[in-house]
Amino acid sequence: MPNRTAIAALVTCAAMMAATGCSSSFGSDEKTTQDTSEKQHLTVLIASSGDAETKAVKDAAAAWAKQSGNTVTVDVAKDINQQLAQSFAGHKPPDAFYVNSDQFANYAQGGSLYPYGDQIKDADDFSAQLRASFTHDGKLVCLPKDTSTLALAINDDLWKKAGLTAKDYPTTWAELKTVAARLTKGDVTGLVINGEYARVGAFMKQAGGWITNADQTKMTADSTQNTQALNYVQSLLKSGSLKYANQVDTNWGGEALGKNKAAMTIEGNWLTGGMKADYPDVKYTAVPLPAGPAGTGTLAFSQCWGVAQDSGHRAAAVDLVKYLTSSTQMMKNADAFGVMPSRTSALAEYAKKYPSAKAWADATAYAQGPVTVSGFDKVLTQFNTDLAELATGDPKKILADLQRNGEPALTTGE
Amino acid sequence: MFPRTSQNPRPAPRSRAGGGPRTVGSPGAPDAPGGGGPAAAPHAFPAPRVGRRAEGAWGWLFVSPMVLILGLFLVLPILMALWVSLLNWDGQSNPFSGQAEFVGLDNYRGLLTQDGLDRTLFATSLRNNLYYVLLTVPLQTILALTLALIVNQRMLRGRSALRTAFFFPSVTSSIAVSTIFLFLFQGSGAVNTVLSWIGVKGPNWFNDSRGVLSLLLGGLGIVDTSHPTGALADHSFMGLSWFEWLSGPSVAMCTIILLAVWTTSGTFMLIFLAALQDIPRELEEAAAIEGVSRFQLLRYVTLPALRPVLFLVLTLGLISTWQVFDQVYVMSQGAPGNTTLTPAFLSYSSAFNDADFGQGAAIAFILLTLILTMTAVQRFLFRERTPRARRNR
Repeated sequence: MPNRTAIAALVTCAAMMAATGCSSSFGSDEKTTQDTSEKQHLTVLIASSGDAETKAVKDAAAAWAKQSGNTVTVDVAKDINQQLAQSFAGHKPPDAFYVNSDQFANYAQGGSLYPYGDQIKDADDFSAQLRASFTHDGKLVCLPKDTSTLALAINDDLWKKAGLTAKDYPTTWAELKTVAARLTKGDVTGLVINGEYARVGAFMKQAGGWITNADQTKMTADSTQNTQALNYVQSLLKSGSLKYANQVDTNWGGEALGKNKAAMTIEGNWLTGGMKADYPDVKYTAVPLPAGPAGTGTLAFSQCWGVAQDSGHRAAAVDLVKYLTSSTQMMKNADAFGVMPSRTSALAEYAKKYPSAKAWADATAYAQGPVTVSGFDKVLTQFNTDLAELATGDPKKILADLQRNGEPALTTGE
Repeated sequence: MFPRTSQNPRPAPRSRAGGGPRTVGSPGAPDAPGGGGPAAAPHAFPAPRVGRRAEGAWGWLFVSPMVLILGLFLVLPILMALWVSLLNWDGQSNPFSGQAEFVGLDNYRGLLTQDGLDRTLFATSLRNNLYYVLLTVPLQTILALTLALIVNQRMLRGRSALRTAFFFPSVTSSIAVSTIFLFLFQGSGAVNTVLSWIGVKGPNWFNDSRGVLSLLLGGLGIVDTSHPTGALADHSFMGLSWFEWLSGPSVAMCTIILLAVWTTSGTFMLIFLAALQDIPRELEEAAAIEGVSRFQLLRYVTLPALRPVLFLVLTLGLISTWQVFDQVYVMSQGAPGNTTLTPAFLSYSSAFNDADFGQGAAIAFILLTLILTMTAVQRFLFRERTPRARRNR
């Protein structure tokens, strides 16, 4: 018996050695040799919001391919975070891809992103907030492909029914409270938002607070400003004039607005596309978010065009990204699927062309970009979980937990 | 080729339930390690060593394809994952080249002993899954057994139609079933509409993070659920207060439990049914002559005969409930209030969302240890307690 066991152990060991021997070839860590030929084949991975976006990106990539003589394949990811993580581990990533702001720091820290910011001459055209979000170790790593901000969207019919006019659009917290209470009647809730930091955070900004300091090196979650903001939101929740989207059986604010369950919601400019597709008959107006004690404040969201460090076609990929982030292309995307350009110059043109989206376009001037620190995702997920219980919770404790959870991530994430 | 094998005095051919409860009650013997292999040849027939060697070699040759496949796709990845669980690996380099920092047991420490978000989340996921297992396994086993007993009745009309109906949830994709449950259990969904007919205002199932036990205790006025005080709030274990440990599965988790019981009972019903049909009629007839009641028949004849199958069903149930992932992924992703977070889902999210593959692997290994321990305990509880089983050899 021991004999047999020994043989079995020996065979297992041998098999393992062989397999790990082989495995060393799955990650050769030498510098990736760059393809310099005329005709290169590039792969692009995107997470598409729908057919319109897929088609727009494919068309743009095809146009670039024609112009540059290369070929491009555009793949649509089902779960882009997971697919990218796998391809990075296997050292076979796509050449260019969407990077979510919550994953940006992980990828940049792991050295998977090729920082091409210094090759972009007119990088200043992108808003400073967005550039700050996609900067790692002082280097601009990737270009924001578009941007979104939050504004207050108002259901016109319900607004009129409550006897309100355009003069009553709320510009302060007090006014917001008044109109929200007035609009709440029967099945209609005055204000419906998603119960997450990406909405509630706007109030923190308006109160003069935020989760971290400007250069994301220190947690500032437990400040009095943030407490003030959460207290305000809590008072609205307790009065019943503010509800979270899932409390009224909807997945997001736009759905609540379209189903006439909400008179107002706080959403980004993706709302235009969503309303057009699902509730084309519902009229609504987007106005700037009301100002808090510390003035106006909103949040900005973005994804960037990453170029893989392991790509053999970095130069061509950067060229493709330059093409995709040109003003012309951004305006084409805006026409096709309603995203806002991330270039300031194109944004002005966008605001002119789409006056109804002016509230969102103007908000980029004072918007707060997302937190991009490695390992911060779970901290924010936990914050979202706590915010869902805000109506009955203690704002101070929620913020203290956020502060405590975030601190280790900031120290190790840098 | 192997003359010895044919002479191998196997245990007397057993019909699974044929010998009555006693034969059935001895699963230990044939299950003993090495029982099936040539090594088990009894020593009553001494054979030349060479012959045995050759036999062994042939044996290994025949099992080698499976050994290779299992080794390459099961054992090796497990060992690799074990190595990853000792690293601080972000998934963007080769974990076997020394680029990833070796941190020893730090990942395990962060989950088990160090105060922080990781430990709180892990403890929460363990609590959730514990309640899930405690409710799902007994419920699905009892339901499956009941269904099997019903459709096993010879007098029952439309037996095959019923069997198909009961088995149907098991063959339906769990993703599809989960999605339908999402609609059924909406705040204004079908379930709440039905409840409103009888004057009950149902909760907003998937957004209700209140624990059922704490609701019960709060309803009885024993604990003030919004501000728990006293020993329950003051003591904590692994970063969760006793109150949080004892609050029970949330309303949302109960919905998932309901789903799991409904979908899995069909499969287990089939297993029970097969075993029930293996019980010889003579046994039941003999019992009938003794004049037993239906309950006594179930308690003293049927259940003992089902014992090995019961062990199988409980083991399978235990393993699959500790690994619950797809329902959580589709229905709630851990929400509301982390009350549907399970270790399997936490492992996935810390690896792929937080790029902390080391910690993800560590969670998986803690889960593995837990399942192995549970199964060992269960095997111990189900062991043959009386020596009478040996009498019939």
